[in-house]
Amino acid sequence: MSGDTIGPSVAPTRIVLRGRKVVGGCAEGEAIVTRDTISGWGGINEREGTVIERRHELRGQSFKDKILGFPGAKGSSGWSAYFHMARLNGAAPRAMIFNKMTTKIALGAVVTHAPAMTELEQDPLTLIETGDWVKVDADNGVVEITKRRNGRPP
Amino acid sequence: MKLTDHEKSMLDGAQGRAKARAMDLLVRYGEALGAERLVETNNVAGAFNASTPSVSELARKGFDAVYSELNLDSSEVVEVPRMVANTCQLITGIDNEQWRVQGIPWDLAEQQKRGEQYFGSRGINMFATCTPYQVGNVPVKGEHCAWMESSAVVYCNSVLGARTNTEGKESTGAAALTGRIPYWGYHIAGNRHGSHLVDVAVDVDDIMDWGLLGYYLGEVIDDEIPVLSGRCHQPSLIKLKHFGAAAASSGGVEMYHLPGVTPEARSLEEAFGGNPVKATVRYGEAERRIAYENLNCATDRGVDFVMLGCPHNSIDQVWLIASLLEGRKISADTQLWVHTPRALREVADRNGYTRMIIEAGGFVMSDTCPAISRHMPKGTRVVATDSAKQAHYLPAITGVSAWFGSVRDCVEAAITGRWSGGLQ
Repeated sequence: MSGDTIGPSVAPTRIVLRGRKVVGGCAEGEAIVTRDTISGWGGINEREGTVIERRHELRGQSFKDKILGFPGAKGSSGWSAYFHMARLNGAAPRAMIFNKMTTKIALGAVVTHAPAMTELEQDPLTLIETGDWVKVDADNGVVEITKRRNGRPP
Repeated sequence: MKLTDHEKSMLDGAQGRAKARAMDLLVRYGEALGAERLVETNNVAGAFNASTPSVSELARKGFDAVYSELNLDSSEVVEVPRMVANTCQLITGIDNEQWRVQGIPWDLAEQQKRGEQYFGSRGINMFATCTPYQVGNVPVKGEHCAWMESSAVVYCNSVLGARTNTEGKESTGAAALTGRIPYWGYHIAGNRHGSHLVDVAVDVDDIMDWGLLGYYLGEVIDDEIPVLSGRCHQPSLIKLKHFGAAAASSGGVEMYHLPGVTPEARSLEEAFGGNPVKATVRYGEAERRIAYENLNCATDRGVDFVMLGCPHNSIDQVWLIASLLEGRKISADTQLWVHTPRALREVADRNGYTRMIIEAGGFVMSDTCPAISRHMPKGTRVVATDSAKQAHYLPAITGVSAWFGSVRDCVEAAITGRWSGGLQ
């Protein structure tokens, strides 16, 4: 990890992490982050890109055009089909960052046609917060996080 | 990824555009996973149906366009040849005979039937059930499969000892045309050993308790491999079907071991295969109650709709429901749908079970379920079901509230129109 302004009492404003490409490409945008795993079929609305699962941290929020940070996939094997349809409906995330590799997330990321990365050198879910600006350069295996300041987007 | 000459020739297009697009998807998918190679499979269970409104636009361009986009992730429309692997269709969104009861428009029902003629003519067997293992697709121990349907996957791995990951619509579409799937995850023997020991401290015997245990474990264990020890009574196909479906809904369980019962665990030691025990999970009365309360989100005891058969009922379950209903009438305020695979419906018709259920005022449905079709009786606000999976998904998908209980609780709710179940 390298940050430009790391100091003992100042949170870094810019963090760079290396990781493994899952799907190539490069995209940037505002982050939406959850500690809860996500279901595709039965867990998201594929027209709006919203999470619909009861008792989910992101219930009612949309990942459309955002950089989605989450632990991984769970639930039905319709995971890929629902993210696939979200793409066809223009409601897919702009990029994905996740921790736990499974067939659901691998296939889902592939058919979403958005840059995706995993195996980051530090847990991205502790470093990235909702509202941060994140660039996912999967081709070069780099994630660049710009922290929002004082609760405001950067 | 390392490819054989045969696989390379498919990828290069020497065996047609459809196989080239299928291999392209498998290579992208395999590389995303980090797989080193593909493995041969001759048992594919996928979702080839065209039963939702969102497919209609593609279906107007023909079913080659549907298969290309949705089963191969290919924007290039390719002409789809016969499948090379034995392939079956899992559950669909429409009951081909009773679509009117579901409230499905005529044109969608026709679209699904046209789709089936197309898929059937290419060798896809229209089992149209989430439980292919109940209607003749019973892979043997060690057989490499490419299955979708989380409840079928966990059954295939754990109870049958065959090998599959949770595949998706696109990977099964590609596997059916190539006879290949990434060699990763549960295809590899070393990845199939247990990770968590579950100390079952209450008796788990009836279907409802197997469902509760599964629902609790899925949430706690996510997609790791539980090994059950303690007070589990001898299960049956039905009980393990419900257990696995529940664990694959609240979490991502794709494999478990029940030493002395499931084929890769003659003993606790064999179940773990030398793996350290990552954690021990206790399942006692408190945990059982948590699972029950998480599943029961309803407060209104008036029940509009009773759904039985997720995963699809076996013929024994249909008989139990028919016997509980014999000579009785369900409430005028409540509808009852009993779901079973079409092949078993044939037996239910022949035995008179269907008639017994219809005479009580219920319906026997096949090919689909409310969570998949997103169709329930009009105006349903409160549903009762014996399925943890359905009680988990229906509120999220359709906004109804749910009661979960035993099949007897559910049949009583259908007759009285009131929920009187509870945890014993």
